[in-house]
Amino acid sequence: MAGLTTFRGKAAGMDRVNVDTDQIIPKQFLKRIEKTGFGQYLFYDWRFKQDGSPNPDFELNRPENEGVSILVANENFGCGSSREHAPWALLDYGFKVIIAPSFADIFHQNCLKNGMLPVVLKEQEIKYLLDKTKNQSHELTVSIESKTVTDADGFSASFEIHPYWQNMLMNGWDEIELTLQMEDSIKKYEESVQ
Amino acid sequence: MGKTIIEKLWENHVVHREEGKPDLLYIDLHLVHEVTSPQAFSGLRLKNRSVRRPDRTFATMDHNVPTVNRFNITDPIANNQMETLRNNCEEFGITLADINSPEQGIVHVIGPELGLTQPGMTIVCGDSHTSTHGAFGSLAFGIGTSEVEHVLATQTLWQSKPRTLKVQIDGELGQGVLAKDVILYVLSKYGVNFGTGHIIEFCGNVIRQMSMEERMTVCNMSIEGGAKAGLIAPDDTTIEYLRGRKYAPADAELEALAEKWKALASDEDAQYNKEVYIDGSEIAPMVSWGTNPGQTAPVTGRIPYLSECTSENDQRAVESALAYMGLSEGQNISDIKVQKVFIGSCTNSRLEDLRMAAEVAKGQKVHEDVQAIVVPGSQKVKMMAEQEGLHKIFLDAGFEWRESGCSMCLSMNADIVPAGEHCASTSNRNFEGRQGSGARTHLVSPAMAAAAAVNGCFVDVRRMTGAEAVH
Ligand code: SF4
Repeated sequence: MAGLTTFRGKAAGMDRVNVDTDQIIPKQFLKRIEKTGFGQYLFYDWRFKQDGSPNPDFELNRPENEGVSILVANENFGCGSSREHAPWALLDYGFKVIIAPSFADIFHQNCLKNGMLPVVLKEQEIKYLLDKTKNQSHELTVSIESKTVTDADGFSASFEIHPYWQNMLMNGWDEIELTLQMEDSIKKYEESVQ
Repeated sequence: MGKTIIEKLWENHVVHREEGKPDLLYIDLHLVHEVTSPQAFSGLRLKNRSVRRPDRTFATMDHNVPTVNRFNITDPIANNQMETLRNNCEEFGITLADINSPEQGIVHVIGPELGLTQPGMTIVCGDSHTSTHGAFGSLAFGIGTSEVEHVLATQTLWQSKPRTLKVQIDGELGQGVLAKDVILYVLSKYGVNFGTGHIIEFCGNVIRQMSMEERMTVCNMSIEGGAKAGLIAPDDTTIEYLRGRKYAPADAELEALAEKWKALASDEDAQYNKEVYIDGSEIAPMVSWGTNPGQTAPVTGRIPYLSECTSENDQRAVESALAYMGLSEGQNISDIKVQKVFIGSCTNSRLEDLRMAAEVAKGQKVHEDVQAIVVPGSQKVKMMAEQEGLHKIFLDAGFEWRESGCSMCLSMNADIVPAGEHCASTSNRNFEGRQGSGARTHLVSPAMAAAAAVNGCFVDVRRMTGAEAVH
């Protein structure tokens, strides 16, 4: 994972509530044993029609949303099953940042662990962004360093991120490596509960 | 100030604590299945890492095993996943309840059944319904595949302490009202978000009077309320359940541990971040009508009118659910016809669940428009049910009696609900497409599912003859 301090990209709006991981990546695509290649199945049931052709009404299929890397979503995004295939699919599709008023817990964790940034903003801020991304292309700048989302029209919103994850994302670190350095503490714990 | 059981369990497992970081928690038991583990094992291999505690890791196959003939795996990708798990377990020295093992079954059914699940433990699995194991007074939660890899390599996880939520259910449950109805009622009342960022402790005399199997049903669905986990303090019911199980402590060791475990109960003066009180006597048999488990109503009730929605988002959620489900606002629950019935899943596939369904099915016939399948949670459950003759009751009534696995809970195998059909299901999720593309899921208790199978629509199980036997 490469480090990420500031990110600029095109945002797509997805004004739906309770988007669950079954929708993000339907279960028939979970059978792969690799981490990559899931992007083609992202939002499959919404993105494609029964006959497999793209559904022109679906948000991400609109011409202005080509090459998007930021998703502006609504309440409780990523609820449901804990499948990590959901962030893998979003990442593989090209998303680096997901912005929503709230996320499901496990999904939120899974994003961070895969180097994708989940940003919680206030409802009015989300409303603004959903408005701005409606039927038009809109660019956002997300700074992990200063914890802000800004656009060229003067919009600026700040968000919270645990310093631990802020560090991890900015440096692109592998969490397991860090933990393995704690071997002494883990051993000590194991001995103490024997 | 006293502590909640949640805080006690947490503190007991902190390996390392440092300002500005989540806590490093020790994991006592790690359950593994074929779908969420392959990428974790390949991650280990890539970095030349080993499994730190194979003795605290236990694997099974459940998500995509066929339930008609479990040895006939026609899907090459499913086969590949199972084969991969088999090889990984062998390479890393992990015990596996393989497809041909008498211990095979749904990961959340076999953990408790084998006595692997014990009070006071931290338990994780790459599956969100790991919360099931909280019924034993353990801190059990679902994790993603990166975390699976992390636990395999280090036997620990970095975790931020969640908030605590008390859900107290007092009063008496009416006849025919089961644990599934209790949790569906909680979700219908408080929604699918009320537990977000929290761990729930379920308590109150309704919970105390429940068997372990019923408690597992309740904890299983805490995740459906957005909670990280749900748990119930261990008591004598818990200890009795553990007695004689393969991996559970026995004799003097069990007695000694029993005292320790019971002391985990929340202190009288413990404070929670949030508290919810429910009167159990208000609960009726429940049926979900929408596309999230909170969109649920009593069988005697109706789907809400759009005008009754409390927010714009709520209204939109109801609208899109009704469109998907092919139902209309204000429609009576008892008017919904079903074409499929699924009795199974880690929510309701244990022996007691099958008994309750059999009680209703006994001497009846499955409605001619309905296909009904019963999928025991494990090979053990299947065997015990057959010893009691439950399979005969089901078969005589026209139900199909299957092999153990997740089956129609998420339809990764061949058990799929066709588009447009309504399924009365004892599983835990009614999301769009969960049981098949276009499938319309209604979450119910095992007794209500059996009643729907017989009647071809939802009926109040309390009104059916013989239902007195369903407690
Ligand atoms: S039965 Fe359903 S919820 Fe339970 S582990 Fe299997 S797929 Fe998950």
